[in-house]
Amino acid sequence: MDFVRNFPFFSILLPMISGPISSVMSGKRAKRLNFAVVTVSGLLSVAAFVYVLYTGEAYNYRMGAFPAPFGNEIRVGLLETMMASFFCFVMLLSIVGGYRFTVVDIPAEKQNLFYIMMNLLLSSLLALIYTNDMFTGYVFIEINTIAACGLIMIRGWGRNLLAATKYMIMSLLGSGLVLISLSILYGITGHLLMEPMHEAIVQIIEQRTYSEPLTVAVGLFCVGIAIKSALFPFHSWLPDAYGYSTCASSAILSSLVSKGYIFLLIKFFYRVIGMDIIHTIQVDDVLFVFGIAGMVFGSISAIQQTDVSRMIAFSSVAQIGYIYMGFGLNTEAGMIASIFHILAHAAGKSMLFISLNSLSDGTWEYANYRKLRGSAYRHRIASLGFAIGSLSMVGIPLLAGFTSKVYYAKAAFGVGSSPKMLIALVALAISTILNAMYFIGQLINIYTPIVTEPEPGTVKHSNVTRVAVFMFIAVNFVLGMGSEPVFRWIQTGLAQFM
Amino acid sequence: MSRIRKNYENSFAHRFLVFVKGDKPLPEEDHVEEWKHRVAEVKETERAENASYLELAETDPYEDAKRFAKMSDMRVFRRIYYVLAMLMCLMIIGMLIMNVAYMPAFGSEDTPTNNEVAERYLEKGSEETGVVNTVTGMILQYRAFDTFGETNVLFVAACSVMILLFYKTEPEADGTEKRKRKKKAAARHNDEAVAQAEAAAETPDGSVTAPSCAWPQGMQEKETEPERDIILQNVARVVVPMIFLFGLYILLNGHLSPGGGFSGGAVIGAGLILYNAAFGFRATRRFFDEKVYDIIKVGSLCLYALIIAYYLFTGANGIASIVPLGKLGAIISSGLILPINLLVGLEVACTMYAFYALFRRGTF
Repeated sequence: MDFVRNFPFFSILLPMISGPISSVMSGKRAKRLNFAVVTVSGLLSVAAFVYVLYTGEAYNYRMGAFPAPFGNEIRVGLLETMMASFFCFVMLLSIVGGYRFTVVDIPAEKQNLFYIMMNLLLSSLLALIYTNDMFTGYVFIEINTIAACGLIMIRGWGRNLLAATKYMIMSLLGSGLVLISLSILYGITGHLLMEPMHEAIVQIIEQRTYSEPLTVAVGLFCVGIAIKSALFPFHSWLPDAYGYSTCASSAILSSLVSKGYIFLLIKFFYRVIGMDIIHTIQVDDVLFVFGIAGMVFGSISAIQQTDVSRMIAFSSVAQIGYIYMGFGLNTEAGMIASIFHILAHAAGKSMLFISLNSLSDGTWEYANYRKLRGSAYRHRIASLGFAIGSLSMVGIPLLAGFTSKVYYAKAAFGVGSSPKMLIALVALAISTILNAMYFIGQLINIYTPIVTEPEPGTVKHSNVTRVAVFMFIAVNFVLGMGSEPVFRWIQTGLAQFM
Repeated sequence: MSRIRKNYENSFAHRFLVFVKGDKPLPEEDHVEEWKHRVAEVKETERAENASYLELAETDPYEDAKRFAKMSDMRVFRRIYYVLAMLMCLMIIGMLIMNVAYMPAFGSEDTPTNNEVAERYLEKGSEETGVVNTVTGMILQYRAFDTFGETNVLFVAACSVMILLFYKTEPEADGTEKRKRKKKAAARHNDEAVAQAEAAAETPDGSVTAPSCAWPQGMQEKETEPERDIILQNVARVVVPMIFLFGLYILLNGHLSPGGGFSGGAVIGAGLILYNAAFGFRATRRFFDEKVYDIIKVGSLCLYALIIAYYLFTGANGIASIVPLGKLGAIISSGLILPINLLVGLEVACTMYAFYALFRRGTF
């Protein structure tokens, strides 16, 4: 067995070990350790990605001495390793870009706790991506939830605590539903690993023995994940949680945390239930309807905001709607478009949050749009990042958001003669116009050429933030213009799921 | 390099840097008046824009909300909301109960859960893992990775509570030499922190500093101490050692009888909490303060992680483990399970006590 095969396992374990170690370190050392760990985990994931790309087939990695139906397993395929590498990269850039705000926002005694949360969040994200075992998935959903909650409340303002409480309640509801669903699934299949579970479910469908519990379980799982990833009617926790936490937290929460759950849902659909069975019990139609609703209503709520950080947070609701809409199309093209949109949204949204925090730097922490007027002239690079991110979210050619919208449109045309095609296309058009309304409006606002004096002593230019924003801009352009190989990798990865 | 060359201000590099940083060029003499005028203009427009907001601020901020809540439409709406919420809950409850009727009957012979997996756990569990208590073998050998994750859930939960409630205490004035040293270290630490924050914020007037987490003003350490209750103390004197012993027994016998790391750790943690409730924080701190907590927590988790890494790595690569399983039923047997149980127990006990201490007074 090649040694490279161990790398995904190392990349999960490394952050888990460094979590406890950084609890006895000072904030600065914990930061260094965290930086090293995220980098090394990313490099390990990239190595695994290259390995899978060259061998051309996915493999199951046995976690322990006992083989598949008895012990734990993780699964390493092209899609998993690609996602893991990308997540590590975005996380690294977000932490680096938000470092300047982390120092100011968080009490010095609690800085190391922040990096513990980051380490455990990374390990849980990687485990959610790689897992081949539903219960392992649940355990790491728990770690992910608690770590995200810590990241929200670490700023210590009243509204952070409120946001964290909201997040905790809604998220625990989601975890509970997922756990009930897994118990039902275990009761009717007798397995927890994905492949044996899938075989048992195929048998259930053939024999029509437990089809009612199966429907209930799939429904509960979808609702649980939908609550945790803020699909439209369950998004009430999102704006406070994303809008008010410290810069690195909101960048990572909006771009990665919800995506980890969504990736688990994709694996659940493909590897446990099977897309044809999903179609038979019509879960895809429900997700389609809520995805479309999220696309429209998320944007409408975003237009109503006066606080720009809440506006960006509400735009996340719309983007999550896009992803679920792609699931709802229930075609390979729709799924590929959704996975591409996960990447595009992660690259755009984290850049938007970091740029916005830099722009609102001279305004005493308030991102009210009045205070931001003309702020582009204080921070050239941050305003460039904000502009690129906004244009990408709106869907201007050459940028990542445009490419994913093209894929969505193609996928919608591929559905065939079904009302879904027309609804999806119209919703895409409406949502694009709504996106343009608030994002372009904000761009005009921050580029308004008036002289504003920042509050004294609040503006600080940080080269590290600039570098991070530049890297994000590069990622957006690369995803927008060179989407062809990424598209092919996603296609191959999905084919490996079967 | 280029900054020391002549006429640097007019060079392209300098102008580009100024552009990127957004620094405004110094106004020339005849521009000063115009500059002032423009600033005043902008301020005037801002004031006009803010006027409506200022008016709002002078009134009762909750007035609107109160009026909103009193509106009869709102009352009706709220009632409809409650009724609908209740109906939804009842529907979900009904659906789940219906679902139970369709599930395989509990305990019957031909349920899907009675498959080859359960069979192997029960029949070969003792032989493969060296334990008498199959449950321990299952969670610590067959599904070791999940259990490691669960232990980390406890750790991350304790860290979250620390984020929420942790305070740095001021050492008492009449403290011993050790305490003074601690205070000095804390002071140095604080200075460092402030310096770090200032270096990052680099404020000319020092207006932005890191928020500190000292105790709330006016709060005395005595207030957080439990009352001295003679009955409780005398009972605790007898019961606490027994609780500790029993916890240790559960820990060490985890692979032989029902029990193990999580339950044994919970018992020991309960003993610590009882001791604290009877004798107070000062007495507990003699053997269990923040330092001990850190050492135990980090030591046990890191050792556990290393053991798990060794176990998973050798298992996955098909390397034979060098740890012997020992004689079935002996105290020192079952290979890695005994040390893992001990470490999990320590971690759980610490976390239990940490929750109690943090909720009680925000520190140890």
